[in-house]
Amino acid sequence: MSDGPILAVEGLTRVFGSGRHANLAVDRVDLAIRPGEVVALIGESGSGKTTVARMLLGLLPPTEGTVRYRGVDLDTLRRREGMRSYWRNVQAVFQDPFGSLNAFYSVRRCMLNAFKLFPRRPPRAERIARVREALDIVGLDVDDMLTKHPHQLSGGQRQRVMIARALVVQPGVLIADEPTSMIDASSRAAILNILLDLRTRLGLTVMFITHDIGMAYYTSDRLFIMHLGRIVEEGPADDIIRDPQHEYTKRLLADVPTLSREWIL
Amino acid sequence: MPNVVEVEGLEAYYRTPAGDDIKAVDGVSLAVREGEVLGIAGESGCGKTTLAQVLGLTVQKPLYVRSGKVLLEGRNALALDRETMRREVRGKTISTVPQGAMNSLNPTLRVRNLVIDVMRDHNPRIRRREAVERARERLDLLGLPPRVLEAYPHQLSGGMKQRVITVVSTLLDPVLLIVDEPTSALDVTSQKVAIKLLVDLLAKRIIRSIVFITHELPLLRHVADRIAIMYAGRLVEVGAMEDIVFRPQHPYAEGLVGSVLVPEPGMKERTVTGIPGRPPDMRRPPAGCRFAPRCPKRFDLCDRDPRPFGIDGREVWCWLHRDQPNAERP
Repeated sequence: MSDGPILAVEGLTRVFGSGRHANLAVDRVDLAIRPGEVVALIGESGSGKTTVARMLLGLLPPTEGTVRYRGVDLDTLRRREGMRSYWRNVQAVFQDPFGSLNAFYSVRRCMLNAFKLFPRRPPRAERIARVREALDIVGLDVDDMLTKHPHQLSGGQRQRVMIARALVVQPGVLIADEPTSMIDASSRAAILNILLDLRTRLGLTVMFITHDIGMAYYTSDRLFIMHLGRIVEEGPADDIIRDPQHEYTKRLLADVPTLSREWIL
Repeated sequence: MPNVVEVEGLEAYYRTPAGDDIKAVDGVSLAVREGEVLGIAGESGCGKTTLAQVLGLTVQKPLYVRSGKVLLEGRNALALDRETMRREVRGKTISTVPQGAMNSLNPTLRVRNLVIDVMRDHNPRIRRREAVERARERLDLLGLPPRVLEAYPHQLSGGMKQRVITVVSTLLDPVLLIVDEPTSALDVTSQKVAIKLLVDLLAKRIIRSIVFITHELPLLRHVADRIAIMYAGRLVEVGAMEDIVFRPQHPYAEGLVGSVLVPEPGMKERTVTGIPGRPPDMRRPPAGCRFAPRCPKRFDLCDRDPRPFGIDGREVWCWLHRDQPNAERP
């Protein structure tokens, strides 16, 4: 089983609305992620990438198709153990670190709340120890951070807290939806490096959902290019960047300003 | 090349409700040259948007200018009365497309009504039909469909909204156009089209110069002639685009260029470290070089305020270059 994909979707489809107003947001998407892999689902706004992410997280039911975690269908998992069991294994970090933290809670309380996913919470001492460990992993000053409230933190610090909160439950998969798009370039690298380091140290599987091809290329082993609800190209990141095959991928790459290549205006 | 606008010794602050003053722009002197695109880059909070507001003469409370000048044809525009500034200078001489402008359009007004409002504000006698006709000609000249005049904002795509705003902002042929993060909310394809329009405005000599505020260096690599890097309210390096992007001299500029992630071969093999730490609290900025607490190259001189040193036409505010002559300031 360990050789199979940790997370896989087959024929994943989502239609919003119905009849004349039906909008096919995700159209028969297949993808499989192996344990310990870092991949990126790349698309522009409206491509359907966030809808895929929501279905992967069980936050939105697919119109058709399946999501499988370690070979088990998400519906089966839901019936058998409930979604909380799934979310202990598959965690998410979202784009907006300002909107994702409760403004009235200290960092300690936000972090401890993650243990609500467990039917029987570990003893308090262990919970605190895990919170401290997670904050330390993301490079935050633990003692200083625990009593802070979100408004006292910079965007980069908040996003680190969000990553730490996802790590507290020791998930196998992290889905990161535009985790650095609201963060300065100078702090972006540090956050991405933390995620890459987690893969090396803990074997964490990471899936980035992003429009930022530079970021995706830097972090990921494989890329999935999504356009109008479909995956139009997938493959090793180097192959896609050096030699894109699909017309859409070619255009996308040509439109991104880089430092060395001329960008014809 | 003559300068279209000069900023001299600018000190600008935000006053908090508690009465604290937060320094946003500290002693900045900068000239915008005729015909150029001047990029201003730096992390969020570095003062680049504040500088754009002062330069664009759109200062509003709680922001205030404590000292310094914005020189337009030799006179200090900051000393003009509000009414003259609004009617005679803003939009006509200097026009601004602020950050997020495309999401600030009045959803109940067709674009044509926005055009009429803008034109009448500067020339109350202009007929409605004349104002719209002028906009139609301009759209046509720039290759945009004149039907957008009849559209409501929600009927336009993000990229089209941004272009329409750019066109409306330049209807009065301003000398200088200031754009603040004009494309950060757009997809790469729309971004390219929006940038193309800016370059076109310059090429057709509708405007003479552009100040382009952004945190994206790869973008400036393709549009800017010169780049000014700001940190914690001050300039740290100003020079030609090639010098700043490919041979930065200030450790902060170096860090910023080193943080760029772009899809080009070789990128993946590098470890991009970014810049550790965070910018200082601007209520109490550190003495001396403001970047020193995060700087990997700091040494004992760094607790003193750096002077601008000149290196082949660029200016670098860093003591590492103290063997260079003092820069000739604009």
